[in-house]
Amino acid sequence: MSVESLQAHTVEAAWLQYDAVDAGPTGLNAFLSVDREGSLTAAASIAATPHTAASLAADLAGVPVAIKDNLATLTLPTTCGSRILEGYVSPYEATAVRKLREAGAIVIGKTNMDEFAMGSSTENSAYGPTRNPVDRSRVPGGSSGGSAAAVASGVVRLALGSETGGSVRQPAAFCGIVGVKPTYGRVSRFGLVAYASSLDHVGVFAQNVFDAALGVELIAGHDPYDATCSERPVPALRQSAVVTDHAQPLAGLVVGRPVEYFTDALDPRIHAHCDASLERLRALGAVVRDVSLSHTSLAIPVYYVLAPAEASSNLARYDGVRYGQRRSADGLREMYERTRTGGFGAEVTRRILLGTYVLSAGYYDAYYRRAQTVRELITQDFERVFADGVHVLFTPTAPTPAFRIGEVSDPYDMYLSDIYTVTANLAGIPAMSQPIGLVDGLPVGGQFMAARFDEATMFKAAAALEYAMAAEGGV
Amino acid sequence: MNTTLPAAGGPIDWELVIGLEVHCQLKTRSKIFCGCATSFGEAPNTNTCPVCLGLPGALPVLNAHAVELATRAALALGCVVHNTSVFARKNYFYPDLPKGYQISQFDQPIATGGTIVVDDTSTPPRAIRMHRVHMEEDAGKSVHDRFRDATAIDLNRAGTPLIEIVSEPEIHSAADAVSYLRRLKQILEYTEVSDANMEEGSLRVDVNISIRPRGQTALGTKTEVKNLNSFSSAERAVEVEFARQRAILESGGRVEQQTLLYDEKRNQVRSARSKEGSHDYRYFPEPDLPPLVLTDDFVRRQQVALPELPAAKRDRFATQYGLGAADIEQLIVNRMLADRFEAVASSSGDPRRAANWMLGPVLAAVNASGGSLIEHTVDPDRLGALITLEAHGDVSNTAARQIFTMMEREPAEPLAIATREGLLKVSDDSALVAWIDEVFAESPTEAARFMAGERKLQGVLVGQVMKKSKGAADPKKVNQLLAARGE
Repeated sequence: MSVESLQAHTVEAAWLQYDAVDAGPTGLNAFLSVDREGSLTAAASIAATPHTAASLAADLAGVPVAIKDNLATLTLPTTCGSRILEGYVSPYEATAVRKLREAGAIVIGKTNMDEFAMGSSTENSAYGPTRNPVDRSRVPGGSSGGSAAAVASGVVRLALGSETGGSVRQPAAFCGIVGVKPTYGRVSRFGLVAYASSLDHVGVFAQNVFDAALGVELIAGHDPYDATCSERPVPALRQSAVVTDHAQPLAGLVVGRPVEYFTDALDPRIHAHCDASLERLRALGAVVRDVSLSHTSLAIPVYYVLAPAEASSNLARYDGVRYGQRRSADGLREMYERTRTGGFGAEVTRRILLGTYVLSAGYYDAYYRRAQTVRELITQDFERVFADGVHVLFTPTAPTPAFRIGEVSDPYDMYLSDIYTVTANLAGIPAMSQPIGLVDGLPVGGQFMAARFDEATMFKAAAALEYAMAAEGGV
Repeated sequence: MNTTLPAAGGPIDWELVIGLEVHCQLKTRSKIFCGCATSFGEAPNTNTCPVCLGLPGALPVLNAHAVELATRAALALGCVVHNTSVFARKNYFYPDLPKGYQISQFDQPIATGGTIVVDDTSTPPRAIRMHRVHMEEDAGKSVHDRFRDATAIDLNRAGTPLIEIVSEPEIHSAADAVSYLRRLKQILEYTEVSDANMEEGSLRVDVNISIRPRGQTALGTKTEVKNLNSFSSAERAVEVEFARQRAILESGGRVEQQTLLYDEKRNQVRSARSKEGSHDYRYFPEPDLPPLVLTDDFVRRQQVALPELPAAKRDRFATQYGLGAADIEQLIVNRMLADRFEAVASSSGDPRRAANWMLGPVLAAVNASGGSLIEHTVDPDRLGALITLEAHGDVSNTAARQIFTMMEREPAEPLAIATREGLLKVSDDSALVAWIDEVFAESPTEAARFMAGERKLQGVLVGQVMKKSKGAADPKKVNQLLAARGE
């Protein structure tokens, strides 16, 4: 793999593919807004520029990219898939988007998502669901379903998403592509519209591990506008995604298999694919060891206390006073009520109410404080395993393949879709999903997780597995 | 808790219990979580950016200078500055609160403890303990009188760095409350942490008030009085609220816990909001900001950077200059005056005269010009030279005042002015005799009566000689010469 393969996909090609797949009643509906004219103009100006050293150095020169609609962009709206921000255009740009553009990328559009990133299917968008390119009757996963579908359908080869509990990895698994959530603090959150600040991450979608590693490398690094963003230097991650030893690339690597991720809740066919991939990892030279992350079963309850708590506060600013939609009323209180009731969808409302409740006087200790304590235990589970000589963990990404649009109606059932991904958000560790097989023609994702700031080892393992599968003839 | 009245007996001796919450704007150039200017009086919503407007996706980054100033203030108040403090979100909806929450500190403030000594009232000096000092951001301003039927929002102030200084409820009179505020303001000014100006809103005071029968340990139900624009309005508000609570309890009623606004014109308090508005702020740790970690070394550096504080200065002025307590109190009211005084004391070598000059003619001149001491044209060296002339008897006190007035208008040295204007004391006999002769010639009747033995006329004659000499004659010498002539 190389940068050139990404650069081979042009903006013109992106629009050809977009016109073929996105619009119409059975179209993907992956994009909420696009900038055809602007992107073509930008591409033309790059093409017209003589290839100087500087332009060659731009890794993504002329590469079309798609951006999830909760990352602030300067010309296209940033709606977060919500009515309440309909038409809102940010006066500033997210750091991750700026870094991609500075690397030469051309933003062609903003992608659909569950409203404010709350959901696992992209069905919670106020602008209609996105369809899975593999099977258009099915969801692409979520909340970054639009970005996943845009990459899986070949409109773009690189897209930004965001994660709070698995919103990049789960849709990557559902759509059969690579999705990465780096370490918390590796990529600036400046310009990422907050859902749950302590769990929110910017993530990357790509069609292969190398492109994903390159994307992460380009958007990572310290940002003076995000106090939670690390000052650690960013290693050349793309290099760790290149397989050089074709016989035993993972010699010396210890892969942990957390037993709590392989239970009855897991579709047995996905279980079988994971076993096959673990076998491949052994063949590549890795040692596979069973490990225990004993607090795993508490991750979903903890997540659904902490994330709504932060969300209830983060979403308070959508009050109709300064920007976004306002529904007028006689009094201030009535204006707030009408604006927010009319502007937020059911799932967002549910989480705001839940979060308000768990932070209320008298309930804080029982819910929020306890959840923080358990979050710490979950984090320690991982720290212990990594301190104990395990380099990466391998698990399924999601318990099932993509489900049908409308199939999952109970919110709690939907929440369980993130059962294997949410732990990495709670612990802040890097994690990624990549295709490891098909079930009834639907993609299955396998997940690698690594110690904080050790994306390099994670990409190394992922690239080797990808290489082995390609050598077998692909997924 | 409410107070039960005794069954019978005379009037109850009520004890007033006051706790003060003071919000103080830190004197930083930029806001606490973004780079916007904190300058006052700009066009509405011009000192704003995505962060202080609370736009989607914007994040706060803590201003290091604000932390230094908060630390300095806490140290000057004798607080313990904590190595780790935590920012928290205080959640409530209000149009001038852009994010729907205020970033403040809650259960882990930057500093706790500390004291302010109240000692300029009639009671003996007492130390009022601090409960805590915490950092937070200011909200914007709601402007209700700009448009008909609409409220305008100005977010220039949103994100201005504040510290809130909370006292323990152990102040027992309005006078002590004002004394506490005066001392606090003085410390904040000395440390250059804040302009601490109530009129401009850089110092804002909320007063918590309750009353209880003297001797009772449990606190009564408190009310909080806001909207205080000056120390004197704080003092009056306390008195008014004390009287209101007393009247309620003495007529068998209960004090309702509420927020009150003080109406300066009517000298009344009124309820600020309905009871329904009792808030649950749903505090939780601010996830966008890591805990604030201050090393011992950082705290030490802030301690070293503190100037001499008022209490230390007071003691030193007493021992070093031997001045009276009242003069010292006036001289140390602010650092600039105290520093000026010391410079003048040093250049004149006469602290007492320096103090009199500073508190008399200098302050009067500064006040009259409406400017500030720093702009005053008579610098400490020239003033010192003038004081020396006066101390050595080279010019009279009256002449010195005249010279001072001239020095304000021209850069000349006092001796040059005195010489030019003929204001140096003349003690040369021949000159004095000549003036006496002239006065005798011009007032022959008085002169004759004086010579005939009417000694009480000597004063009148001396006055005439002084007038003729334009104050330059040495009055002592004139008296001697006149007395000799009358023998």
